[in-house]
Amino acid sequence: MNAEPIANPKLIVKNLNFYYGADRALKDINLTIPEKMVTAFIGPSGCGKSTLLRTFNRMYQLYPKQRAEGEILMDGQNLLDKKQDLNTLRAKVGMVFQKPTPFPMSIYDNIAFGVKLYENLSSHEMAERVEWALKKAALWNEVKDKLKQSGTGLSGGQQQRLCIARAIAVKPQVLLLDEPTSALDPISTAHIEKLVDELKKDFTIVIVTHNMQQAARVSDYTAYMYLGDLVEFGDTSTVFTNPKRKETEDYITGRFG
Amino acid sequence: MLTLYKRRRFINWLSLSISVCAMGFGLFWLAWILWTLLVQGLPGINLNMFVQNTPPPGSQGGLGNAIWGSLMMTTLATLIGTPIGILAGTYLAEFGHRGWLAPVTRFINDILLSAPSIVIGLFVYEVYVVRVGHFAGWGGTFALAIIVIPVVIRTTENMLRLVPNSLREAAAALGAPQWKVISFVTLRAARAGILTGILLAVARISGETAPLLFTALNNQFFSNNMNQPMSNLPVVIFQFAMSPYDDWRSLAWAGALLITFSVLTLNIVARILFRQKSNTN
Amino acid sequence: MPTSQLDHRLKRQNLLDILFRGLTRFSALAVLTLLLGIILSLVIGSVPAIKEFGWGFLVSSDWNPVTDRYGALVPIVGTLVTASIALLIAIPVSFGIALFLTELSPQWLRRPLGIAIELLAGIPSIIYGMWGLFIFVPFFADHIEPWINDHLGHVPLISPLFTGPNMGISILAAGIILAIMVIPFIASVMRDVFDVVPSMLKESAYGLGATTWEVMYRVVLPYTKIGVVGGIMLGLGRALGETMAVTFVIGNAHRLNASLLYPGNSISSALANEFTEAVGDLYTSSLIELGLILFFITFVVLSLARLLLLKLTQREGR
Repeated sequence: MNAEPIANPKLIVKNLNFYYGADRALKDINLTIPEKMVTAFIGPSGCGKSTLLRTFNRMYQLYPKQRAEGEILMDGQNLLDKKQDLNTLRAKVGMVFQKPTPFPMSIYDNIAFGVKLYENLSSHEMAERVEWALKKAALWNEVKDKLKQSGTGLSGGQQQRLCIARAIAVKPQVLLLDEPTSALDPISTAHIEKLVDELKKDFTIVIVTHNMQQAARVSDYTAYMYLGDLVEFGDTSTVFTNPKRKETEDYITGRFG
Repeated sequence: MLTLYKRRRFINWLSLSISVCAMGFGLFWLAWILWTLLVQGLPGINLNMFVQNTPPPGSQGGLGNAIWGSLMMTTLATLIGTPIGILAGTYLAEFGHRGWLAPVTRFINDILLSAPSIVIGLFVYEVYVVRVGHFAGWGGTFALAIIVIPVVIRTTENMLRLVPNSLREAAAALGAPQWKVISFVTLRAARAGILTGILLAVARISGETAPLLFTALNNQFFSNNMNQPMSNLPVVIFQFAMSPYDDWRSLAWAGALLITFSVLTLNIVARILFRQKSNTN
Repeated sequence: MPTSQLDHRLKRQNLLDILFRGLTRFSALAVLTLLLGIILSLVIGSVPAIKEFGWGFLVSSDWNPVTDRYGALVPIVGTLVTASIALLIAIPVSFGIALFLTELSPQWLRRPLGIAIELLAGIPSIIYGMWGLFIFVPFFADHIEPWINDHLGHVPLISPLFTGPNMGISILAAGIILAIMVIPFIASVMRDVFDVVPSMLKESAYGLGATTWEVMYRVVLPYTKIGVVGGIMLGLGRALGETMAVTFVIGNAHRLNASLLYPGNSISSALANEFTEAVGDLYTSSLIELGLILFFITFVVLSLARLLLLKLTQREGR
């Protein structure tokens, strides 16, 4: 299905099926996510794009009755392997959610939380890391004087950037963004989109979005999904200007969905 | 990095194991207590227990008068406490948006809810028993009613708050006066929850002992007279259990079994009822 | 419908509205009066004792019906100590139970186990008392107290707390039974507040690679602290005022002792044991003053809890 072979794959999904109990939510997905690029998943509600995203860090495993079959290879290792340690996997694959989810602690501690899980840093090193993450997330200037204040006191857009900073502070290889701007106003959304563009220098980014313009603006590759099928995948400009499948064209031109 | 991770995994494993033990700890006591009640109380459960009155030491008897007295006082206390509780709860949920009365009442209700029941017994003793000059069934009833009221207030308010405002608006838009909106629409929508609250209140007072000690006291004989001391299960159990006589003690165990299973049944019925109603809504 | 009839109708409805509102308001006022009545009657009842002993009542450990001298120190200490033991045991256990019920238990077991824990709360306190006296206390005396004496009785610093006779009836036994009684209260509140934590928040923490324990202890617990504190206060209120369960096992001894293995007394059990048999105004009045003190303690604890919750809520800015 891939239009052209991808030169430097980060994640390779092979024959992935996903089940909620007896319902099959993903059907034989085959897909390659390129390294240090932005890949967007688009499609109508319920098409399985979030489900697919959540298989990459096996978040589904928190819930009984949800299971995935198939393979997801990251650097040659199958993430779905039973032997794969969940916590280590999640340290390598970070995630940001639809709504900002600051932890009930200070801004500083929010960032330090994940870092402390895996690294024994001196307080000086930790301070540097926090600063680094906040600068990466373009939040440093706004919060540098109130690091000890609660993260819940920030505005929605700031909270979401805090969550991005928290995710990148652990230096993951892949960053999953699950509709990261759906709860934000247009200005905050623009901030985040600019940020995504910056971050792809260092991270492989996968973003799920409802907003097609957003996919067109931020992504290098786009996957269009419908009812659990991967309908089309390719270069974003190709998918948006010259889709191969009629369904994709209908969706992106707004005739459907 | 590896050792840090190993340590975290170990702490996680340890605390989750402790959590399983905590669950076991809780269930262990429940099982032990129920088992004891069954073993000690079951032999004493028979027809005589329900029809005969409490005996003097060393002779045969039952708990008939105590069961009757408990039923009378619990029923009357519920009948007195429930309307007051529902009305006050309605005030808090529907009218108490402005002014000082609602927040103050809410706070005081919280205090009453956790007030030691023995203090409520003291209060009724002071204002009722001392006045009339003797212990009486009514005293016990009042004390129990005072325990019912805050429970019903709390559930009524909580349940009314769950009723969506659109329902109130829909009824008011038809031109219904407020009292009709509340009593025919809002309260009705919340009735399953309120009923659950009342049942839980009944369950609570059927086992209450402390407030009856200085109010209803006890009576060796069968009595319908609410102006006289009145026998009741909890106080009889207390007296008989503390006594040195074996037959009294075995009656106490039988009474304990009876009271526990009635209370637990009430609890379960209340929960099932609530679940069914809230599912159909 | 003729206008006059409609008018009449409207007037009647208006009147009924006012009546209904008045009735509910009156009931709310009745609750207020009830509390005032309780305080007033207790104060009036304690006047003779207050006149006789003054503030000294609070710090005196006398309790002698023969010489008619009374002091509240022993029961106050007993009440506070038993309640503290109960919370010390109940808080961690309840957290464990709530953690198990929300995170670890298989789905099909959650409801039955939750109900089982709530049933533990439904058992009347007199049953705890009876069971405590006839079953738990002998077991405690035979198996647990000797162990405590042998092991904790020699540890420096805490040894005075844990040396004493192996007779079962004791402050410690009362505290443990209270703990069993308040566990279900605290555990079900904790479970309820843990259940409403947004799953996205938990997923965010898991998404960083945190373990279940780290998610619960460092994210969920701080997020729910208001509800958790509320549950603990509920349990504390319960433990302070509990009468029957304590009365059976505490021993009703008006003696102050450093060791938790000695019998003692609590306010509520002194009332339950002695009130109906008290002869003489001063004796009765002293007991009523005990009741007043107990009421005051619960009042203060609950008010402090309220204040704390208010502070916490404000700081969260929610």
